[in-house]
Amino acid sequence: MKKQVGILVDSTQCIGCMACEDACADRWGFPHTDVHELSCEKNTVVQQYGEAYVPRLCMHCEDPTCASVCPVGAITKSKSGPVVYDANKCMGCRYCVQACPFQIPKYQWNKPNPKVTKCDMCLPRQEQGKQPACVEACPAQARIFGSRDDLIEEAKKRIRENPKSYVNHIFGLTEVGGTSAIYLAGVKFDHLGFSSKLPDRALPKYTWDIMEKIPDYFVWGSTLMAGFWWLTNRKKKVAEYEEDLKRKNIEKKIARN
Amino acid sequence: MKNKSFLINIKAWFHHLTFWKAVFLVLVAAGLYSTFVRFAFGLGAATHLSDRFPWGIWIGFDVLCGVGLAAGGFVVAGAVYVFHLDYYKPIARPAVLTAFLGYGLVVFALLFDLGKPWNIWHPLIMWNPHSAMFELAWCVMLYTTVLALEFSPMVFDRFKMHRASEAVHKIIIPLVILGVMLSSLHQSSLGSLYLIMPEKVYPLWYSGNLPILFFVSAVAVGPAMVIMESFLSYRAFHREIELPILSRLGKVTAVALAVYLVLKVEDIFNYHLEPYLFKFNVDGMLFWTEIAIGVLVPISMLLIPSVRMNKRGLFYSGMFAVIGFVLNRMNVSVTSLERHSNNYLLEASKVAVNHIPQTSGYFPSWMEISTTLMIVAVGFAAFGWAAKNLAVFPERTAEREHFPAEGYEVIVVGDGGHLKAHQSYGFQVK
Repeated sequence: MKKQVGILVDSTQCIGCMACEDACADRWGFPHTDVHELSCEKNTVVQQYGEAYVPRLCMHCEDPTCASVCPVGAITKSKSGPVVYDANKCMGCRYCVQACPFQIPKYQWNKPNPKVTKCDMCLPRQEQGKQPACVEACPAQARIFGSRDDLIEEAKKRIRENPKSYVNHIFGLTEVGGTSAIYLAGVKFDHLGFSSKLPDRALPKYTWDIMEKIPDYFVWGSTLMAGFWWLTNRKKKVAEYEEDLKRKNIEKKIARN
Repeated sequence: MKNKSFLINIKAWFHHLTFWKAVFLVLVAAGLYSTFVRFAFGLGAATHLSDRFPWGIWIGFDVLCGVGLAAGGFVVAGAVYVFHLDYYKPIARPAVLTAFLGYGLVVFALLFDLGKPWNIWHPLIMWNPHSAMFELAWCVMLYTTVLALEFSPMVFDRFKMHRASEAVHKIIIPLVILGVMLSSLHQSSLGSLYLIMPEKVYPLWYSGNLPILFFVSAVAVGPAMVIMESFLSYRAFHREIELPILSRLGKVTAVALAVYLVLKVEDIFNYHLEPYLFKFNVDGMLFWTEIAIGVLVPISMLLIPSVRMNKRGLFYSGMFAVIGFVLNRMNVSVTSLERHSNNYLLEASKVAVNHIPQTSGYFPSWMEISTTLMIVAVGFAAFGWAAKNLAVFPERTAEREHFPAEGYEVIVVGDGGHLKAHQSYGFQVK
């Protein structure tokens, strides 16, 4: 398996300068705006909750819900970790938008030929040996790019060395089976707009529990149906034969009288 | 020559403009306007959908309800051809016709909802077996083909193409078995769509049993829909009504609804839903309404023989089952998802500074509603046209003859002459 990359977001370090938002907008050719909500023109934002700044981007799940639900495989988990989207395959069903547990994929609602938009962890830049644009732009080291394993170690180290500045929780370590983007925070995560209800089980498994049984079901079900047909057909034939006998007997009786 | 008579027909249609024809025209006109807005300016211009609420009534009603309400096709076809319940034969064709039209309309409606409808064929070559929607796409595609074949004899018979009709009859058993399998798969897959959102779906409607619940409720509502259609076409075409067959079909609905109720009660205990049941918030009330109208009322009505054997009683119990079913699908697809972000953003929204956390409320726009109404109107018109012009109903359907002395009611099938052997001789022997 290829080395898994990720982004460690240390929200306690973020100073809210929005340099990442601008770098991201430049990377995608989106306009620079003052709206701090993910949209089809914003693949990363910095949101402020009280005193805390929280950078937002795609979590790049280990077992991504969006990739699992896409009927045409337009969203895939690339070998090194980033979750990427192919507009040429997409048919616009928006199941990814509906299913993502982090509300990441966004949709071009006002275009006659719309696409889904989402962060791809700057995979094209990575292939050129560069860091994601937002990481490179961050002056405060609030986003760090590297191998996921190293980032987890770094996150644990930071909590260990500064237990007072962090809540003892690495968001994304286990949530929905783990994510490639992991978060550190100084306050509880549900005060920062993260859902605390997410299960540790990867969400695609909830569907796969059922989907994996379908081939078996199809074979056994059709056999059973064919069996029912045979049984009821036989029953009908026997009944018809018996009726026939009865009728012949009656006719005989009538003839005798 | 043909064109001329077609034009005369159209003229005649407008000449005898009835109230319902006028309603049809208004609905189609409004729908066409919405269609133009939808395709010229995108989904955002025509609908109230958003990133927080990406699936609206085009999925919830047009697809979830459309597919479910067309379930009569596979239930009746399965009963007649696989289980040899010849009793139901007179209603097999209308049921298959409705199913075929229903699926056609669902696919038509999907073209509105898909952002890139010209890519609708992609699941054929781009596979993702992990996706419930991928499975759904394949099943609906194959089943619509099966339905087209099951429906084709109605066209062949109309044009006296007996060879073709016989050819279809030769493969009808495997065809129907395939149809039953595909139906059970995709009816349940509609429920599987929501399995992957355990954190979003309101607890009253989330269950690992969702696929089974969807399948069982489809089996219940399919016959109920056949009952309703038979009554409507009885009124529209002044046909004899197959009351004994239909009230027996009503029992199928009652049994399937009972199974559904058991599964629902099981969910209440499995998922500890008691607190949600007695909260009496909007969700709780809608849940109770759905269970009462769609399950409890029709079961109790159908259990009373005098109601079940009565034209109006049977019609209303079918209608309640259908309304309850629609409410259930709307609840799963809309109500259950509306509260999601409001809940988890509760704490965060109190302290949000540079943005307002988006909540997921949704109410359909008039253009979404008008498109849906247009599709329903086209469905009604198509059924009416087919019933008039194709060999849908047997020439003398289920004409009833009474034998008051024996208290027997015998159904004359097909060309009318031949009583069925075991029925006619049954009372002679006795």
